[in-house]
Amino acid sequence: MKTRIHVTLKNGVLDPQGKAIHHALESLGFDGVNDVRQGKLIELDLDDNVSDADIEAMCKKLLANMVIENFEIEREAA
Amino acid sequence: MRSAVIVFPGSNCDRDMAVALEQATGAKPHMVWHRETELPDGLGLIALPGGFSYGDYLRSGAIGANSPIMHEVKAAADRGVAVLGVCNGFQLLTEAGLLPGALLRNAGIDFICRDVALTVASSQTAFTSRYASDEAITIPVAHHDGNYFADDATLDRIEGDGRVAFRYAESCNGSARDIAGIVNEAGNVLGMMPHPERMVEPAHGGTDGQRLFDGLVQALG
Repeated sequence: MKTRIHVTLKNGVLDPQGKAIHHALESLGFDGVNDVRQGKLIELDLDDNVSDADIEAMCKKLLANMVIENFEIEREAA
Repeated sequence: MRSAVIVFPGSNCDRDMAVALEQATGAKPHMVWHRETELPDGLGLIALPGGFSYGDYLRSGAIGANSPIMHEVKAAADRGVAVLGVCNGFQLLTEAGLLPGALLRNAGIDFICRDVALTVASSQTAFTSRYASDEAITIPVAHHDGNYFADDATLDRIEGDGRVAFRYAESCNGSARDIAGIVNEAGNVLGMMPHPERMVEPAHGGTDGQRLFDGLVQALG
């Protein structure tokens, strides 16, 4: 089963890469972009018996750094 | 004093660290591969060297922090063995939970590789006893992710407890409160982004890093 983990920087954590993307979009002439934050998308192919709690543990132990990042788990319906 | 350098795939300052340790201790350190599950007996100091463990994949230090040997490094730190993490070693220590906070991408995005002026924030640690508090020293940095971050409560606590060892004399990479190096609560674990092992003989352009190693040897006997 496919599961997507979205990892994003917490509010207030500086994101210089997001800023650089923002500037690049502006220099390409795209108006109306107020802010850009860059995160990560991690796709997991999991056995059906992997529990939500297991996935959350994976996120907290490795996939996200809870000091600076948040995560969201998106499980594809079986 | 017996010392060890942990070597990860992608470490590239491990040999420089070994030279600095041999110079200070008079004995070659044990070079310990990260897949090992035991540390040599009787270690006084464990060094986590600079480099790019696992290519900085996921986050700098995140994969290496879960290498088998890190379990032993944590146990040794808990027993009071001194642990020195430099650059990627500092990132590994924060990822492993041995030090608070995290190292973010440099605020200016650029990789920074140059000598920087530091201020010794505390000479009251085993790592900084050969320096004077507020002393100005010069040590090189070479990093992309050296922007120290922690929440304000954590920053207040580590500052209040005198756990900031080094600060950048002028803003370098965006680090909160210009923090360049911190120690843990017990004072036996130091993480710092600048490379003291790259300033240990006159040919390096200075010897300001040497006193860190000499002070450690003196403090640890």
